[in-house]
Amino acid sequence: MATATEQWVLVEMVQALYEEKEELIEEWQPEPLVPPVPKDHPALNYNIVSGPPSHKIVVNGKECINFASFNFLGLLDNPRVKAAALASLKKYGVGTCGPRGFYGTFDVHLDLEDRLAKFMKTEEAIIYSYGFATIASAIPAYSKRGDIVFVDRAACFAIQKGLQASRSDIKLFKHNDMADLERLLKEQEIEDQKNPRKARVTRRFIVVEGLYMNTGTICPLPELVKLKYKYKARIFLEESLSFGVLGEHGRGVTEHYGIKIDDIDLISANMENALASIGGFCCGRSFVIDHQRLSGQGYCFSASLPPLLAAAAIEALNIMEENPGIFAVLKEKCRQIHKALQGISGLKVVGESLSPAFHLQLEESTGSREQDVRLLQEIVDQCMNRSIALTQARYLEKEEKCLPPPSIRVVVTVEQTEEELERAASTIKEVAQAVLL
Amino acid sequence: MANPGGGAVCNGKLHNHKKQSNGSQSRNCTKNGIVKEGQQNGKPHFYDKLIVESFEEAPLHVMVFTYMGYGIGTLFGYLRDFLRNWGIEKCNAAVERKEQKDFVPLYQDFENFYTRNLYMRIRDNWNRPICSAPGPLFDVMERVSDDYNWTFRFTGRVIKDVINMGSYNFLGLAAKYDESMRTIKDVLEAYGTGVASTRHEMGTLDKHKELEDLVAKFLNVEAAMVFGMGFATNSMNIPALVGKGCLILSDELNHASLVLGARLSGATIRIFKHNNTQSLEKLLRDAVIYGQPRTRRAWKKILILVEGVYSMEGSIVHLPQIIALKKKYKAYLYVDEAHSIGAVGPTGRGVTEFFGLDPHEVDVLMGTFTKSFGASGGYIAGRKDLVDYLRVHSHSAVYASSMSPPIAEQIIRSLKLIMGLDGTTQGLQRVQRLAKNTRYFRQRLQEMGFIIYGNENASVVPLLLYMPDLKHAWTKGIRKTKGRVMASL
Repeated sequence: MATATEQWVLVEMVQALYEEKEELIEEWQPEPLVPPVPKDHPALNYNIVSGPPSHKIVVNGKECINFASFNFLGLLDNPRVKAAALASLKKYGVGTCGPRGFYGTFDVHLDLEDRLAKFMKTEEAIIYSYGFATIASAIPAYSKRGDIVFVDRAACFAIQKGLQASRSDIKLFKHNDMADLERLLKEQEIEDQKNPRKARVTRRFIVVEGLYMNTGTICPLPELVKLKYKYKARIFLEESLSFGVLGEHGRGVTEHYGIKIDDIDLISANMENALASIGGFCCGRSFVIDHQRLSGQGYCFSASLPPLLAAAAIEALNIMEENPGIFAVLKEKCRQIHKALQGISGLKVVGESLSPAFHLQLEESTGSREQDVRLLQEIVDQCMNRSIALTQARYLEKEEKCLPPPSIRVVVTVEQTEEELERAASTIKEVAQAVLL
Repeated sequence: MANPGGGAVCNGKLHNHKKQSNGSQSRNCTKNGIVKEGQQNGKPHFYDKLIVESFEEAPLHVMVFTYMGYGIGTLFGYLRDFLRNWGIEKCNAAVERKEQKDFVPLYQDFENFYTRNLYMRIRDNWNRPICSAPGPLFDVMERVSDDYNWTFRFTGRVIKDVINMGSYNFLGLAAKYDESMRTIKDVLEAYGTGVASTRHEMGTLDKHKELEDLVAKFLNVEAAMVFGMGFATNSMNIPALVGKGCLILSDELNHASLVLGARLSGATIRIFKHNNTQSLEKLLRDAVIYGQPRTRRAWKKILILVEGVYSMEGSIVHLPQIIALKKKYKAYLYVDEAHSIGAVGPTGRGVTEFFGLDPHEVDVLMGTFTKSFGASGGYIAGRKDLVDYLRVHSHSAVYASSMSPPIAEQIIRSLKLIMGLDGTTQGLQRVQRLAKNTRYFRQRLQEMGFIIYGNENASVVPLLLYMPDLKHAWTKGIRKTKGRVMASL
């Protein structure tokens, strides 16, 4: 039994503790919600485009030729696509007001999925309402904690976010280096032999892009398929840049190499580049794709694609199927400008000759990234003054796993004429010489 | 138990739980044993409405039958799996390629147990395709299954003029084309459908700037930024605001996009009970006093994630109390108004207006344009320095394409309508009619004896059925009645 004085001391202690806690609460100062941003940061002064971002684009009030938007097949201002979108607007209005599970599925969506599956010659396709969310939701639907994913170093940010959401083990291999990938796979095999029970339930995936956004190179798909069967890993192919570009009919890198489409477990692409719409899709066998209808987060918990965008994509697909000749034309233009831009002093061309989106990097870096970025921005601004609209490739410097060097991204589209390509090449040459020397 | 009219559960007696009061005293309401306090506000000048929320518990026999239903379903599921494995029953599900049979299986057996055996039986209630605009009446495509929901076949017939209680078309702005949508047609013809670039590169159109200024004016804040997808707005901006060393206090029933955004940010996440300010206060006190778990260093920032109206519960967040807590403990507040913007509040400005609070008190106001505005996309609004920071650091601004121009124009048109800038009072009338309809519908359902969750002013009405097989009986019953109501399940 505590005496009166002991009880008194206890009460005082509790009171003191309470007051101490209140003091701690008073004293605590959190960081500001957002750190201040310098007023002259380039991102705060976007290039404002007035009017459609098509072949002739009006940037900050000046009319230029567009070498920056990913409008590969020139379908952004195609009258047929606009007419199809208009017809859909008249029938359905704009929004769908619901996710796919709750009366947000329109017959246009089912049509588009059907057409995409038939075009890519797979069993099934599933559409998402945003390009970024497509691969970022597809990867975590299959790969969970404890699974292993082998991914290329130059993978784009959407893939990185998908991998982060999946909580799996990530193993990076050097860009397009199949020997490095094989080494990692062999190491994993040795690990498996130590613990066969765990190996029986650990899924393995290889995630690659058809045409890499960050480097403009093509992945060596035939070797990848060989490695797939040898080491029993599934391949997820991200074809945002190669869909509608590579291959005889625009079916992507599988058609380019002549590989059976069933060998690739999942092909994901976005419709924002070649198809001039918004959104993305995944296609493959029903066994694989159907799973996303219940576990793809961006599919189940998000509103469906507005029908006018789906109708625009269907019409764009129709155009692609009717004129398979445009792909050869695009390849020819890529080769032409690639050749024309070789030999600029101070800048080197990074990317394959048949990639419509390639980079111009500084041959020798000045040593600081900021300085490089400023030099390249100077080149871009001067080209803009001479009516060639270019842009630097933008990255979030602190968030990227393997930050690519600063570069100017040049995009070739079907609508650019040969004179315009020549003029662009010579403008860039002149400006680069003026700025870098 | 089951009414012949449609498969609902009566809760027996009807308690009169609607005590309206214009005073500011505390009242206790009793429904089926659950006591909900009438909320009292400290200062009578900013909020003097009584919050009436109800989360009735089902009677005991209903709970017993529900568990029995799931138990029997599971047992049958095991039996069918056994039969399928031994080849006695044909397996209709898609299977792995035979060249890849020796790969590690893509799905764990148990992951798909629920899908194969329980979900398949009642799968025809979801994903119903429609073929008209999602207005108050819409057309549903008729679809039958010949093999117990494994595959569907369209008969080609269309069920016309079905009353729509399933689409989130709160203000009826997602409708068939009429002359007032002329501007959208013009923008579509001028700009096209796609943008093919990101905000930082060549994707910022003048339409986006116009839209952002209008959104900021609508919400009465300094600045706003719009994004192409509502889900992505959360999952790509929360990681930009908080990171390692920060604390996120998230409500139990937050939407998947908020949970994904919180996870991707790398911050520590702690969950507080749904809408329970005592639970939140306890977490806040512990966080400020004790700091990070092992190192005891102070947290860099604390962010509270709540939603305006919760879509699965129909409850409205207790905003005045949370704002008082946030001020005391110096935390930051992020409110996701996906279901409440345009639908709640006397002029449709969201939960801040509903409670009569100043929108500047909430640090980050987020919302989507999918529901009340009949378009797609999301926005984040708040102080200018917040929005400037997001313009520079948001993942969506750097890597994802911007909003399509006709969609932006539809949002501009909807905003002008709701704000009354087009010269009519149509917008205001719609908001007021929505509020009246909500209250009437909830009141009538409660009079009929259904169990409804949530706040009386929330337009999302969860009607509890409890048993999985009742869902099936319910839709069959509803389809047969003349009214052809299509409820969302």
